[in-house]
Amino acid sequence: MSEIFVYVEHFQGIVSDITYMCLAQAQQIAKSNGGNVVAVLLGHNIELLSKDLFADEIITVSHDSLAEFTYDPFAAVLAKIIQDKQPGLMIFGDTSIGSDLAGGLSARLHLPLVSFCKEIKAEEGKLRFVAQICGGKIFAEGDLKECTSLVTLSPGKFKAKDGKTTTTPKVSAYSLPAFEKSRITLKEIILPSGEDLDISKEEILIGIGRGIENEDNVSLAKELADALGGELCASRPVIDQGWLSTSRLVGKSGKTIKPKLYLALGISGAPEHVESIEESEMIIAVNTDPEAPIFNIARYGTTENLLDISKELIRSIQKVKGG
Amino acid sequence: MKIVIPIQLVPDRVEEIVINKEKDGFDLEEIAWILNEFDDHAVEQGIILKEKTGVEVVVVAAGGEKSDEALFTAAAKGADRLIRVNVDFSTEKVNNHALAKIFQTIIMEEKPDLILTGVSNHNGFDGAIGALLAEYLGMPYIGYISGVDIEGMSALVLKDYPGGIKAKMEVALPAVLGISSSEKPPRYVPISKVRQAMKTGSVQEKDGDIDLAGGLIIDRMYEPEVSGRAEILSGSLKDIADRIAEIVKSQGLI
Ligand SMILES: Cc1cc2nc3c(=O)[nH]c(=O)nc-3n(C[C@H](O)[C@H](O)[C@H](O)COP(=O)(O)OP(=O)(O)OC[C@H]3O[C@@H](n4cnc5c(N)ncnc54)[C@H](O)[C@@H]3O)c2cc1C
Ligand SMILES: Nc1ncnc2c1ncn2[C@@H]1O[C@H](COP(=O)(O)O)[C@@H](O)[C@H]1O
Repeated sequence: MSEIFVYVEHFQGIVSDITYMCLAQAQQIAKSNGGNVVAVLLGHNIELLSKDLFADEIITVSHDSLAEFTYDPFAAVLAKIIQDKQPGLMIFGDTSIGSDLAGGLSARLHLPLVSFCKEIKAEEGKLRFVAQICGGKIFAEGDLKECTSLVTLSPGKFKAKDGKTTTTPKVSAYSLPAFEKSRITLKEIILPSGEDLDISKEEILIGIGRGIENEDNVSLAKELADALGGELCASRPVIDQGWLSTSRLVGKSGKTIKPKLYLALGISGAPEHVESIEESEMIIAVNTDPEAPIFNIARYGTTENLLDISKELIRSIQKVKGG
Repeated sequence: MKIVIPIQLVPDRVEEIVINKEKDGFDLEEIAWILNEFDDHAVEQGIILKEKTGVEVVVVAAGGEKSDEALFTAAAKGADRLIRVNVDFSTEKVNNHALAKIFQTIIMEEKPDLILTGVSNHNGFDGAIGALLAEYLGMPYIGYISGVDIEGMSALVLKDYPGGIKAKMEVALPAVLGISSSEKPPRYVPISKVRQAMKTGSVQEKDGDIDLAGGLIIDRMYEPEVSGRAEILSGSLKDIADRIAEIVKSQGLI
């Protein structure tokens, strides 16, 4: 088996967890099919970032044009590296950066790309992809071709700790290839401001999803949260509507939560949401669709209407508290 | 100035997603198709830009007449022109590489300044249309966008990172943007206005080719085999609520 490349994503001096998960996936393939794991690290002043990457080799490209991510220079450098080295596989995290790069490189270099990838399985020298699609309801599998395949890996299957090491691997510097002037410039990084609450620290969270249907119903969920002594958070469609502030978004674009109790009301359990609730101690889900993927991760569930359950639950809790 | 917005239909995830007899793809006839929600955001962002700057907005779909409702809904919201590329997806397992190539042809004819499309579609597993399309067109791409303004011959955009972090970027036009949410939530249009648009408006039809070469071959499609499944509480509403309260209490939380 040829080499397995992993794209190292980092932000403000910290390597993203998803990169370690990708390394864990790469190591698993290398273990059964052979081949080296190579981490590809682009940036500026990045020496310290390579120290715990679980790889046989690290290729670094350091230049001030790579100090912050913008598509053009990053895609140009990666295209050159892939063409030079022809790895069997190049794994990116399924993130804001990884999906831009992998998509573009697939079209530019005419390479196959697996997105929403849950896992690459190594079977008798061959590689099979497993993609989790349709918001987690469907799995699709197939063989990878005998060329460089690109993958964007979603979190879930692999643990970040399995992609870390204490022995710093061999680092080789790759010189910056010539590329045209970038058509994209970074103006500013905007950090979230005026957060009303840090949901990642809350112990009791009531999550509301599209099933809440309209803004008027949010107050009922709030009443329930008050009865439970918890706080409200939400899935993306609710935040997009502006019914709760952005700081309460749970998921890929929002925060990761680890409460003692997560009561999910009208949330389907799409992978982009689920990846950030998996550390909850107990999940109870209310969803009228018995097939909703949220029931695959919840401990208890009901398929009753969330409005009916909320009203009734407020009463039950008051009774339990009172008695 | 002109904006082109390629849109596509996706399976409605709230309905059952039916797998074909061969177990290697969707059962296209049995699936309920709806507009990709991120394309809905792309349409909204296009209409917002039209309201701000008077740009022309052209919405493009591929497939058969099933997309017309989505097209006329965009017209009812303010889109100027509608195009449908007639290709038959019922015989071929269309992939995003093929769709991107279909849109590429139209965009080369239309020569827009900006292309807005949904950041992803939940049924496509070979990359995001926008990222592929940008490279086919030789244009820059930025995905995960939650806000767009046009200033002269560039666009100022907000790209989302985890944890609510955003990067403000400037991109030279023409460019392709993958929209994850429009500046304001997609507006609602009453069905009567969509019907009105159907009566007064028209869809320009074009021919297209399906080139499946860039996609992946699926040989097995299935519903996840789940390891754990929630215990579904039964009984009357009151029974269920009492049970939940009990569980919460037993966890020492109330
Ligand atoms: C790049 C990207 C980033 C994303 N980031 C995030 C993110 O950070 N967080 C996030 O949450 N999503 C994110 N998403 C979106 C994600 O893919 C899903 O679209 C989203 O999580 C769905 O939200 P939902 O479950 O509320 O809505 P839906 O999937 O529409 O589910 C609503 C559910 O409510 C149920 N329901 C309806 N009515 C009732 C009722 N009366 N009572 C009980 N149940 C009812 C339905 O059965 C359904 O299962 C992202 C997507 C992309 C592409
Ligand atoms: N983007 C798409 N991907 C896959 N199938 C689609 C897509 N758009 C439409 N279809 C389905 O393909 C079949 C042919 O479409 P039509 O020609 O509109 O009847 C129908 O079952 C459509 O619902």
